[in-house]
Amino acid sequence: MLHDMRPEDIVGEFREKTLDLYGGYRRAVLYTEIETPYPDGKLIVSTTNKDGIITHANKSFVEMSGYTEDEILYAPHSILRHPDMPPAAFKDLWDTVNRGEHWQGYVKNLRKDGGYYWVKATVIPNIRQAKVVSYTSVRRKPSRTKVEECTQLYPTLF
Amino acid sequence: MTYQFTVSPDFSPDHISGWYIFNTWLQKQTGEAIHLEMYDSFQHQREAIQQEKVDLIYANPYDAAMLVRKKGFLPVAKACGVSDEAVVAVSAENSVDHVEQLQPGIKVAVTEDPDIRLMGMIMLEPADLNASNIEVIVNGTYVLVAKQLLQGNADVGIFFAEAFDDLSDFIKSKLKILVRSQISVIHHSLMIGPKFAYKRNEIVGLLEKMGEDEKGGGVLKSLGFKGWEKVDDEEMEFMIDLMDTLAV
Ligand SMILES: Cc1cc2nc3c(=O)[nH]c(=O)nc-3n(C[C@H](O)[C@H](O)[C@H](O)COP(=O)(O)O)c2cc1C
Repeated sequence: MLHDMRPEDIVGEFREKTLDLYGGYRRAVLYTEIETPYPDGKLIVSTTNKDGIITHANKSFVEMSGYTEDEILYAPHSILRHPDMPPAAFKDLWDTVNRGEHWQGYVKNLRKDGGYYWVKATVIPNIRQAKVVSYTSVRRKPSRTKVEECTQLYPTLF
Repeated sequence: MTYQFTVSPDFSPDHISGWYIFNTWLQKQTGEAIHLEMYDSFQHQREAIQQEKVDLIYANPYDAAMLVRKKGFLPVAKACGVSDEAVVAVSAENSVDHVEQLQPGIKVAVTEDPDIRLMGMIMLEPADLNASNIEVIVNGTYVLVAKQLLQGNADVGIFFAEAFDDLSDFIKSKLKILVRSQISVIHHSLMIGPKFAYKRNEIVGLLEKMGEDEKGGGVLKSLGFKGWEKVDDEEMEFMIDLMDTLAV
């Protein structure tokens, strides 16, 4: 379960929206227009169990999210869900990895402080002894042209 | 029987004798006959792996997936505290200061090291560069990659970070780093094939204790390693998964 975002955690002027998350959960998110640039040369890596609960996150993941490692671990991955991301993108993500395939896409993520960061994500099923045991997402720095394309495209997908 | 040991062809030329010394040490410790075969290219080494000639390999992370998933190899150990990282650099005279300023059509000097090339290409993606809109110039060594930049034959060089750091101060002063990877979890590993796998635990134990006596310590020194640490199956699987995500 994710608790609502709190105004005291937010840096800068913010707007509010309530997200409908998987499983019937709702979460009030507070978000600003402040972008944190993707850190050069780094990969942002996380692993979830089959229910999308984060079981591992690397240092870059923790740093970019603005949360502490304790807050991130065992939280649903939708803790990063930004209201500007169309639900269809995540449906496609889950449908694709559930077929055992790689999913790749550009994602705008929400930070604890209300800011955002763009990533190019590749999500794969982790297969051990012929069974899917978890999922891993590895993110890299996206190009600005792709980010701009997505900024135009995503509002049309709601 | 004699087992065959081989080393990823991207080994540093300074450590070639170190690998022969290591092989001698390993034969004494295990009591097995092991022949060290150094291949001059990744292609030749992969052919030998396909023909199941190889029983023990200090492998490039790029080949780990094939070794584990197609050839039944198991991870043994990695060098303590080191990982494979890439540097993207240009000539110091180049007006470009950020990867994002690079334009399609540029010439990129690389070596055949597959993992470094992959990491370097990923670091060029923020400029919308990919194999289809750059010209790749393949070189035998990183010194030659540096020369291509200094002579103006290439615009960008992709280096193994350790090899970049080992360039002479003079050459380094003529180059400018645009980005250095900080991935930390991609590394070469000693891996053992099916015929030799019954020795895996014994070799792990020997390697972990290697620094404890003078002889083993000397061998480590000749390899340029601080020590060895065990790589378990899950660490290897995770690295392979990570390489998979980078390859698409
Ligand atoms: C390995 C993995 C990584 C994910 N990474 C993100 C992410 O970085 N940001 C995000 O909003 N959703 C991510 N998701 C998708 C979320 O699980 C979730 O589907 C999404 O945030 C939308 O929320 P909802 O499914 O509750 O509607 C990831 C899923 C998986 C399996």
